[in-house]
Amino acid sequence: MSDTSVFDELPGDLMVWVLIVSELLVFGAGLAAFLAVRITDPAGFATAQDALYRTWAGVNTVVLITSGALAAFALRQSECARRGMARLALLGAALLGVVFLIIKSVEYAAKAGAGIAWDTHPFFTFYYLLTGFHAAHVVAGVVVLTLVAWQDAPRNIEAGAAFWHMVDLVWVLLFPVIYLLR
Amino acid sequence: MKYETQKIALAYFSVALALFLIQIIGGLLVGWVYVSPNFLSELVPFSTLRMLHTNSLIVWLLLGFFGAAYFLIPEEAEREIHSPKLAYLQLIILVVGTLGVVVTYLFNLFEGHWLLGKEGREFIEQPVWVKIGIVVAALIFLYNVSMTVLQGRKTAISNILLLGLWGLALLFLFAFYNPDNLAVDKQYWWYIVHLWVEGVWELIMASILAYLMLKLTGVDREVVEKWLYVIVAAALFSGILGTGHHYYWIGTPGYWQWIGSVFSSLEVIPFFAMMAFAFVMVWKGRRDHPNKAALLWSLGCATLAFFGAGVWGFLHTLHGVNYYTHGTQITAAHGHLAFYGAYVCLNIAIFTYALPILRGRDPYNQVLNMAAFWLMSGGMVFMTFTLTFAGTVQTHMQRVLGEYYMNVQDQIAIFYWMRFGAGVVVFIGVVLLIYSLAVPRREIISAEPSVAAE
Repeated sequence: MSDTSVFDELPGDLMVWVLIVSELLVFGAGLAAFLAVRITDPAGFATAQDALYRTWAGVNTVVLITSGALAAFALRQSECARRGMARLALLGAALLGVVFLIIKSVEYAAKAGAGIAWDTHPFFTFYYLLTGFHAAHVVAGVVVLTLVAWQDAPRNIEAGAAFWHMVDLVWVLLFPVIYLLR
Repeated sequence: MKYETQKIALAYFSVALALFLIQIIGGLLVGWVYVSPNFLSELVPFSTLRMLHTNSLIVWLLLGFFGAAYFLIPEEAEREIHSPKLAYLQLIILVVGTLGVVVTYLFNLFEGHWLLGKEGREFIEQPVWVKIGIVVAALIFLYNVSMTVLQGRKTAISNILLLGLWGLALLFLFAFYNPDNLAVDKQYWWYIVHLWVEGVWELIMASILAYLMLKLTGVDREVVEKWLYVIVAAALFSGILGTGHHYYWIGTPGYWQWIGSVFSSLEVIPFFAMMAFAFVMVWKGRRDHPNKAALLWSLGCATLAFFGAGVWGFLHTLHGVNYYTHGTQITAAHGHLAFYGAYVCLNIAIFTYALPILRGRDPYNQVLNMAAFWLMSGGMVFMTFTLTFAGTVQTHMQRVLGEYYMNVQDQIAIFYWMRFGAGVVVFIGVVLLIYSLAVPRREIISAEPSVAAE
């Protein structure tokens, strides 16, 4: 048999890509279900959406993308053997992940304060499920970025950054569909 | 056979096959009750017969897994099993426990007794003393195989197998937690039932299948391991939260409907991957292994698991569909082909591979064994179709038109007759299979000195 396959051309570890594809399938299915249920009640979904803080979600988007850029920068630095710079960038990326989580918690707290729960409206079921699952991945991402800042072989950083970019990408899909789409 | 202690597997496989026969006879009896409802109703009620049918299945599959572990771990770890004595003690405990369950249920002994009486929770009906025995046996087993692997060569196959077996044993501990609240009871109950067959058992299945592919096709271990990791990752990723597809209507919060639907839909992926893996390995493989029957069972396992567990599972896993089909014959159709494809075929594949080696009887006549494969698989597939049609009609009449359960049962009797016919075919297949595995066939197929199978 041939010992080379297209999988060998992937940057980073194959298993990270298996994880990334699986995550995209889950969030993709979740978003598709959200849009399908939205068809049954467009007015209700629009009203519910108005309860969200679009501005802070926009700020969070900038926070997360900046964090992603720092992770990519860290990999570049690490490949050029600038370990200190790479570690600093990774910790910066992780810190921005924490900032994202803080803004997210403020948002959740405000929803809870307004008496909005997961079963208030189908919109909020998806809102909590999708952004909640995403936030859990941000928590995992912060841990991963910290871990690869500690065990900072370029190969590790590549895997961590790939995971973190997936978390970015999912947010970039969630943000317009949940917060902005009218 | 390279290692003397691989012989332990022979005892496990023998008991497993005997229980398999009992399971199928139980299935025939239950199938007959469906067409003639008063059959045996005074002597052994349907609920007990059904319990024997499903529980003997679980126990013989487990004995098969244990036997498979005792067979393949010495080769993978390149050393003898840590303690053969403990392995046999473990088997004795399991056999005594199994007999204890059967006797307790048939004669309803010690009714209501906390330790000795039956517990009546589907699949974990065992009296508490048997549950304790199962845990002791599992601990002995885990100690024995873990010591063997720790002291020997560590491979992906044995690591994944051990991970699956440890998970299996730890999850069983939820059998001891029996909350009064029925919804909470069911919630934990699925930690065993679901996380076994759609979680850790898949790890066991993938690792045994990987071992068989390694031996039968001669593909490099590196390639097999890469597939194995991907399959295991996909199985755990989808299977753990896939538990949610049991939480639609038992009183758990409604968000489980979406979590269950999304994740359990992905459960088809590891089964597809296992099927792709098996066929790609055969195509790429260079080895022309003489044990064609083992290869047939391996490929049949991967294929029927994909259809039974994957496709038939997806059929009714979305909560919008399950709202109508829940607990109809659709579930029975899925249950039968999933268990047959994934775990029965897997066990028979490893039996078919290992028994000729364990009994030192190469070359062997495999025509009977292969005929049994086609009889059993044909019967099971036909049964799945009849139950699927029965379930479709039942869903419409009962859940859409709102007719009474028993009236609908009368209307779908024809399917139960066909199912019984399919069951008879399976039974004949099982008898042939056991004969072909257990009774030596010493015919010399080729006059040339044969090469012993690995």
